[in-house]
Amino acid sequence: MRKPMDKSSRRTFLKSGLVLAGGVVASGLLKPFNAVVLAGDKPKGEGPWYGIGIDIEKCIGCGRCAKSCKLENNVPMEPFYFRSWVEQYTIKKDGEVTIVSPNGGIDGFKQTVPDNEIFKSFFVPKMCNHCYKSPCVQVCPVGATFVSPEGVVLVDPNYCIGCRYCVQACPYGCRFLNPEKNVADKCTFCYHRLQKGMSPACFANCPTKARIYGNLRDKSSELVSFIKNHTCMVLKPNLNTGSKLFYNALSMEVR
Amino acid sequence: MDMHFQHLYEVLSHVKGFIYPNEIELSWSILIVQYPYITGLVAGAFILASLERVFKVKVLGPTYNIALLTALAFLMVATMPLISHLGKPQRAYEIMTTPHSTSAMAIFGFVYLWYLMVVLLLEIWFDNRRDMILWSQKSTGFKRFLYRAFTLYSNDISPRSVALDDKIGYIITIVGIPSAFLLHGYVGFIFGSVKANPWWSTVLMPVIFLFSAMVSGIALVMFLYMVISRLRKVKVDMACLDTIAKYLFYILILDFTLEALDQIHRIYEAEESFEILSLLVSGKLYITLIIFQVFMGMLIPLFTLGLFQFYKPSEKIRRITYLLISMLVLFGIFWMRWNVVIGGQLFSKSFYGFTDFKIGLIGSEGYLMAALWFVVPFLILAFLLWLLPPWKKHPLEEPVSAE
Repeated sequence: MRKPMDKSSRRTFLKSGLVLAGGVVASGLLKPFNAVVLAGDKPKGEGPWYGIGIDIEKCIGCGRCAKSCKLENNVPMEPFYFRSWVEQYTIKKDGEVTIVSPNGGIDGFKQTVPDNEIFKSFFVPKMCNHCYKSPCVQVCPVGATFVSPEGVVLVDPNYCIGCRYCVQACPYGCRFLNPEKNVADKCTFCYHRLQKGMSPACFANCPTKARIYGNLRDKSSELVSFIKNHTCMVLKPNLNTGSKLFYNALSMEVR
Repeated sequence: MDMHFQHLYEVLSHVKGFIYPNEIELSWSILIVQYPYITGLVAGAFILASLERVFKVKVLGPTYNIALLTALAFLMVATMPLISHLGKPQRAYEIMTTPHSTSAMAIFGFVYLWYLMVVLLLEIWFDNRRDMILWSQKSTGFKRFLYRAFTLYSNDISPRSVALDDKIGYIITIVGIPSAFLLHGYVGFIFGSVKANPWWSTVLMPVIFLFSAMVSGIALVMFLYMVISRLRKVKVDMACLDTIAKYLFYILILDFTLEALDQIHRIYEAEESFEILSLLVSGKLYITLIIFQVFMGMLIPLFTLGLFQFYKPSEKIRRITYLLISMLVLFGIFWMRWNVVIGGQLFSKSFYGFTDFKIGLIGSEGYLMAALWFVVPFLILAFLLWLLPPWKKHPLEEPVSAE
């Protein structure tokens, strides 16, 4: 047998509950959404803020970017782990799209579609977009993934717990769990080289200068004029990730 | 390591169409299927208990304590699949010490602890405090020690303190209902908020998770009540069983409606990802989604329980049917979790192809590990039922003498 509660004590309980809930809601309004939404604006600052430009018309699919990345950064050589890779798109005359990326393009490409059936074909080098509203940074439960002042998205391998939420959150497939270290792994923009004034490996090894990087804050930089003088597009703009990788001549088939 | 790569090369040969090269290996495997399944059972079992306590559905009395102990047994294991899945399990504590404010996952530890410590443990403690004191007087040895320790060596069973126990227990249950909603709605949000994945990214995900949680938790308590009664060789309370079945039926309707709404909405909007998702449903997920989840886990129970609402066969037939239905529902909801977690990773985020998924018997993400986390909650439940047997509780009317 339970004793029915005293009505007045129940009323007090409900009252204080309402006051408490109201207080929580009101305090939430003071600082709207900042706690749940990742930075919506571009960060303000003085130093360089890096972005990338890739000219699809210049890429010849040699795969040196992908290979140099693996060598420079000790990425496992098995064909399941890439910080940088190249995709080959072939649009046939009947509209069918064939996409391949054997071993990330490291060993080069062979066209399997007969020439007379091809409408157009091109290569799309892929890497981390170093988004400034990046979903991977947003979801990391311990803050092991972060953005450097230069706008480079990095992982602290000594802090990552290996939950792989960031792998799920990246719309571009740029992350993986490093099988040796058991932590999330991704393109670091060769941060170690940048710090020494050197170009990231994939940029340094591109024979056609299909990829450039530069300071988006410097309006006279090569990258800013690349974006200005070409019709550039980011991947999956509908997802509002704040991607800083700008493609020239990006075909609509590319995702 | 070599075996791992060998396995991936095999998967690579089964890739259909084009996928990003990093997508060959599934990031979240069977252990992450278990995690929402187990937390769902917890939330559902608790909500069934609250029906009796807060909403005064007194006919559910025989299952009240079983439901609470089931919730506790499963909650104690809920984090284990998660932790054993981490690349660095030894760093799991970081999620509590340095939670990242924008992460949907970071709050899990706190929601979990709140639910375990504040809701379930306290509620069960207040519900059983008086009985533990009375049991301690009758038992000896280790069991007596446990009762004494758990009651903090107090002997106070005065009417005033017992009334206070009851009052606090009641308040905790009231707090517990939104907490159970929070616990499982939150698990749904972890998936529903991933905008990169169109199979997960739906605002309905937390709600669907919540209702499927209730469905599975109620089915589990129903199943356990029948099994425990059989083991104790006592007759099941048919009125109680019929009422659970009625609630199961109502919530199945809601769950089915929500899941159907989600799919109809997807089909009607037919966004960019529509083609790949329809290929997913009609291909790789056909058996686990259409046959296991929808047909066996949803339509058969819905139809049968619906029929029982206006046509009641004999008790024996109802009993057997309830047993089968509860098992079917538990089976169906497991596959629902599977279809969400595994299904969401089988297609490429390029929407141009599929990877493949096979799990091994051993290893940290194998069948055996998963089986372990399914067996342990039942062992914990057996212990809890031995320690706090609901059928040996002392009715308040019974005169008792304190030491």
